[in-house]
Formats: sequence, structure tokens, C-alpha cells
Amino acid sequence: MSDSTSISYENEAQFGDYFALLKPRVMSLVVFTALVGLVVAPGGVNPVVGFASILFIAIGAGASGALNMWYDADIDAVMQRTANRPVPAGKVGAGEAYAIGITLSVMAVIMLALAANFFAAGLLAFTIFFYAVVYTMWLKRWTPQNIVIGGAAGAFPPMIGWAVVTGGISIESSLMFALILMWTPPHFWALALFMKEDYSKAGVPMLTVTHGRAVTRKHILAYTLILLPIAVGLGFTSVGGPFYLTVAVLMNLWFLKGAIEILRRPETAATADDYKVERTFFRFSIYYLFISFGALLVEATLKSYGLGGW
Amino acid sequence: MGLSQEHEIHKRRFSRNLGVGIVLGGFVALVFALTIAKVTDGRPTQAFDHSVRIEQLPATE
Repeated sequence: MSDSTSISYENEAQFGDYFALLKPRVMSLVVFTALVGLVVAPGGVNPVVGFASILFIAIGAGASGALNMWYDADIDAVMQRTANRPVPAGKVGAGEAYAIGITLSVMAVIMLALAANFFAAGLLAFTIFFYAVVYTMWLKRWTPQNIVIGGAAGAFPPMIGWAVVTGGISIESSLMFALILMWTPPHFWALALFMKEDYSKAGVPMLTVTHGRAVTRKHILAYTLILLPIAVGLGFTSVGGPFYLTVAVLMNLWFLKGAIEILRRPETAATADDYKVERTFFRFSIYYLFISFGALLVEATLKSYGLGGW
Repeated sequence: MGLSQEHEIHKRRFSRNLGVGIVLGGFVALVFALTIAKVTDGRPTQAFDHSVRIEQLPATE
């Protein structure tokens, strides 16, 4: 201890670092799927109410991301993919991330209750709890099925969007939920296949670490096979129509083709071309989700002109 | 070297303050817009002040 204390300001956070706590890329997916859930729901809401609701759903999701970064700072620091996040990079303190996460969570839930209804707000609260506590604190470090169950957190937004308009749950919103739920495992396991060092270094029990890569390849195909009837089935409900059904069939066949290719690849071939097929599949999986929900949006728009729907 | 020298850190702090200011301002605007949307519910509003509102008077004739 000396008389003068020098404080380093080099790492002091900018506004963007706080924004990064909310995981903007995950938030963009949440905004999009929640918007689709809201638009395809029967009836409608005042545009201001709709906008505010989507915003509060996004803030709630972002807040759970901040809580995740607070709790997982030790893991994030070890993994290359996440080492630059604000907390492991030393820009935002873990306590600050926790405070921001809790404050924004409470604010988002209360504001959604006031803007929309208590049911939607309850669903949002449950989503935040599920992601921050059930996934981050319990499942992630404990079971290789972590992302299967944790994926539910990412699957709730369209259901919340639907609830903003209707105040309840329906077969359509449940199927949109199931679609994202079943899409998450193939999406993340494809990533785990080519990010192989990261998860084992951090001690996260990813399926690739605990059961091996061959088993992971089988699991990718299995979940893709479950996803197919859900995605296509959604096309026969009130939110579906010829356009969505065509898109869903094509996208799912393509997805299935990719999953079969992944299953058939021996590990030697994958290392030889640096996981080219797995990387392509992962990228496609992101398009898959955006295009599937985009097709629902197009169907709803067509319907308003008397063209889409059944 | 005057005391008012601008350090790079001040720019970063300004960006943070500005960001928080814009967010708070935006929140106030949003709550106001929500209030208007909920109160009017798509219809024009009418103030209940001390003036006589013709349409509220009992019909005569």
C-alpha cells in the first residue's frame, strides 16, 4: 500500500459495453420471434402497445443475458468465443452485471404487465427465471442435456408475443414454442462440434465432451427428425397456409439433408476440412429459424389481403 | 497543461452519460405514448373541464 493509489481507466466501460451485457444478437432473435407471435395472433393490439410489448420482452431477455454473464464469468473467461464479453474482459464488474440484470428484469416484467397483460408478464418472468436460474445455474454445468431443456428459454418469446394479444396459450403458440425448442439442440451441437476445445476447457458438460462426437452427430439427426413434423404441422394450424407450408417442407428437407450429412461424416474427414459441413449446417440453422418465422409473417400479411391462410 | 484538459477517458464517460440520458428520455416518451394509446383507445380525447359540453345535455325538443 502506498500513499498514492493508481487506478487504471483503460478498461473503463463505454455505453456499448453495458449494451453488450444484454446479448444483442440473441435479443434480435427474441425481437423477431416475439414480433411474429404478436402479428400472427388473432385480433390485434394498438401499435404503440405492440411496440412497447416487444421492447419489454427484449429487455427482459437481455436482462437474463446479463444475469447469465454475471454467473458464468468464470466459464466465459476460459472460452475463446466468450472471452471478450464485458465481464471477463474486465470492463464491467460482475456485481454491476448482476445489478443491471435484476433491475432490468423487474422493470421489464412490470412494464409488460402494464402495457399488455399479466399473463404475458408472467410468461416473461418465467422465461427470465428459466434462463438465469434453471439453465445457467442448474443445468449448464450439470448435464449434457443442458441446451435441450435450456432451449425452452429461447422458445418462449413467440408464445409471449401471442399472449400479449390473446392473453393466453393456444395450439399455434405451443407449436411455435416447440419449433424453437427442437431447433436449439441441432443448432448448438453443430457449434459444439467445431468449437471443440472451448467447452471441454471450461468444463461445461457439452454432449461432445461427455458422450463423444459420434453420439452428438446421432443426436443432431434425432432432434432434426422431431423438428420436422412440428414445423410442418404448424402449417396446418390457423397461422399456417400454402406459403408457409411450402417453405417449411423445403427448409426441413434441407435441414434433414444436412443432419444426415453430419451423421455420415467420420471425425477424420471433419478435421481434414476443418468442419466445413458442420459450419455450413450451423449457419443454415440460423437462416432456418429466421426464414421459418419470416414465412409465418408473410402468411399473416397475405391473409390480411385475403390471399394467404387456409 | 491546464486543469480543463480533455482526456480520452472523459470522452468515454460522456458517451456513457449520453447513452443513459437518451435511454431515460426514450423511456419517458414511451410511457407517455403508452398512456395516450391506452387512454384514448383509438378515439379522440375530450377534457373534462368546467365548460358545458353540448352532447352531454339532455335532449330537448
